[in-house]
Amino acid sequence: MSDMSDSIHPDMERRDFLYVATGAVGAVGAAFAVWPLIDQMNPDKSVLALASSQIDISPIAVGQSITVKWRGKPVFIRHRTPKEIAEAEKTPLSDLRDPEKDQDRVKKAEWLIMVGICTHLGCVPLGQRGDYDGWFCPCHGSHYDTSGRIRKGPAPKNLAIPPYAFLNQTLLKIG
Amino acid sequence: MPHGESYEPRNRFTAWMDARLPLLRVMHESFLTYPTPRNLNYWWTFGGILTFCLAVQMITGIILAMHYVPHADLAFESVQHIMRDVNYGWLIRYVHACGASMFFLAAYIHMFRSLYYGSYKPPREMLWILGVVIIFLMIVTAFLGYVLVWGQMSFWAATVITNLLGAFPLIGEAVKEWLWGGFAVGNATLNRFFSLHYLLPFVIVGMVALHIWALHIPGNNNPQGIDVRQGKDTVPFHPYYTVKDLFAVSLFALLFSYFVFYDPEALGHPDNSIKANPLQTPPHIVPEWYLLPFYAILRAVPSKLGGVLIMFASIGILFFLPWLDRAKTRSARYRPLFRQFFFLFVIACLGLGYLGAQTPEGAHLILARILTFYYFAHFLIVLPLLSVIEKPLPVPKSINAPVLKGAGAAAQ
Ligand code: HEM
Ligand code: FES
Repeated sequence: MSDMSDSIHPDMERRDFLYVATGAVGAVGAAFAVWPLIDQMNPDKSVLALASSQIDISPIAVGQSITVKWRGKPVFIRHRTPKEIAEAEKTPLSDLRDPEKDQDRVKKAEWLIMVGICTHLGCVPLGQRGDYDGWFCPCHGSHYDTSGRIRKGPAPKNLAIPPYAFLNQTLLKIG
Repeated sequence: MPHGESYEPRNRFTAWMDARLPLLRVMHESFLTYPTPRNLNYWWTFGGILTFCLAVQMITGIILAMHYVPHADLAFESVQHIMRDVNYGWLIRYVHACGASMFFLAAYIHMFRSLYYGSYKPPREMLWILGVVIIFLMIVTAFLGYVLVWGQMSFWAATVITNLLGAFPLIGEAVKEWLWGGFAVGNATLNRFFSLHYLLPFVIVGMVALHIWALHIPGNNNPQGIDVRQGKDTVPFHPYYTVKDLFAVSLFALLFSYFVFYDPEALGHPDNSIKANPLQTPPHIVPEWYLLPFYAILRAVPSKLGGVLIMFASIGILFFLPWLDRAKTRSARYRPLFRQFFFLFVIACLGLGYLGAQTPEGAHLILARILTFYYFAHFLIVLPLLSVIEKPLPVPKSINAPVLKGAGAAAQ
């Protein structure tokens, strides 16, 4: 027994090491080869190129909203009424599932701009409906308030705010 | 397991083949002389019916793909083109669309049959597990196919289902965009769904081959759930079961034809005749009927991630069934308690199906929660408990005894 381990074992260990090392190099190589096959499914350059849109917001009167498409998603642009703004601002944070101040969700209080995709499973909520005068998602019954914050139903988060900027008084750039 | 008479090559060519690629031998022994219990009832014809359905879906699907255009701007129009312009296009599409429903109908009956007669118990665990893999692949395939139509339901089903993946913490968002090939369901999504909808049926064919292989090792279970002991217990598959299966397929085709020719839209949703509009969600999104129980389970759970996990678990738990139900007796015929719980379970599944089509509010929501709980309780509480406390009835000594000594002489 001791005889065996003396004469054969050192050699075996060296071989085991070589096997493992070869296998490891092979696995890394295979992973590199597979990556392009996986990454091809990610959003491509033409999709990424559509990353921003500009909109003239001057025709949108108080109390009106429009839906525009940005990166294939609907974006709500709502010209809020003073009542809606007041409601959104006076809601205590303790009432919210995903606490966020209204001020932190807008750049100008009268313009609420958000991605019109329910944070539950991605339906487009209907405007000026539901228990909080904001948005109501028909798919599984999520209610959002006049700041687009989730108040009731299965959705976990507030409606997302896309990156945007007011280029001047009337021109809005999303993305 | 007694073997049927084995294959004898008839001429020099088949003898030559047999020594090189014994394909005829395998076919002969698998589908002609294969010894089959003599007491199989009509619930055992659904395997043949399922094979028929798979063939129908593949033939009609490959034809549809000759006329279909997998592009967000053209897909919906190309389906209308199939319906209006292509010779017999309406027929081929309706057979494919109704065929999916018929396929699931047969698959669910086949599964309940296995539950009732204990066909998942040793030595058929692998057979059962492959079956669960197949139903899972069928669900994915049907979902992908439904998206191809690119109607409102297609689009929003795709949106809701892919968003489920977003429920996973950290990686969810990245996985979603990877699957979409964009920032929402769009052309890239449709195109890859077409590719996968074409691929998966072939994977299913492979799984079916393994499923049949795994069947032919232990042989069929039977309504009495007892092992085949002697030659007298079996008859050769051909002509006994080839003819019986063909007869059952004919009856099934009658029902199938009723839907295709008299009520082809009965199982579909009218909103899917409206082209996909990414800016507007239809007021009430429902999946096809065969996915409703799973949808009800998803919505019964108040948390997004929780709902997704429970929904996957509702299929996943089936993999463990052979180890949850440890009772030795297979057939429900000799398990009086299990038999009652089996029917309760069927009712729970049908109830979930009904609830999947309702708005999850008030009493509907509460009922959906109760039934979801019951669905899991059946596997995790009822079956393990029954394996311990139930006293089974005596099973017959052999398959041939009650059959050969006058019908119904022994315990039925
Ligand atoms: C496991 C077998 C299959 C199942 C369960 C299945 C299921 C479905 C379903 C549910 C639809 C939507 C039908 C509608 O509402 O109009 C569909 C559409 C489609 N399938 Fe399949 N399918 C299968 C096999 C195949 C195969 C092998 C192909 C070959 C490429 C194929 C090609 C298509 C095409 C082109 C469409 C879109 C046209 C249409 O709406 O009818 N399918 N499939
Ligand atoms: S997607 Fe809006 S509530 Fe489910």
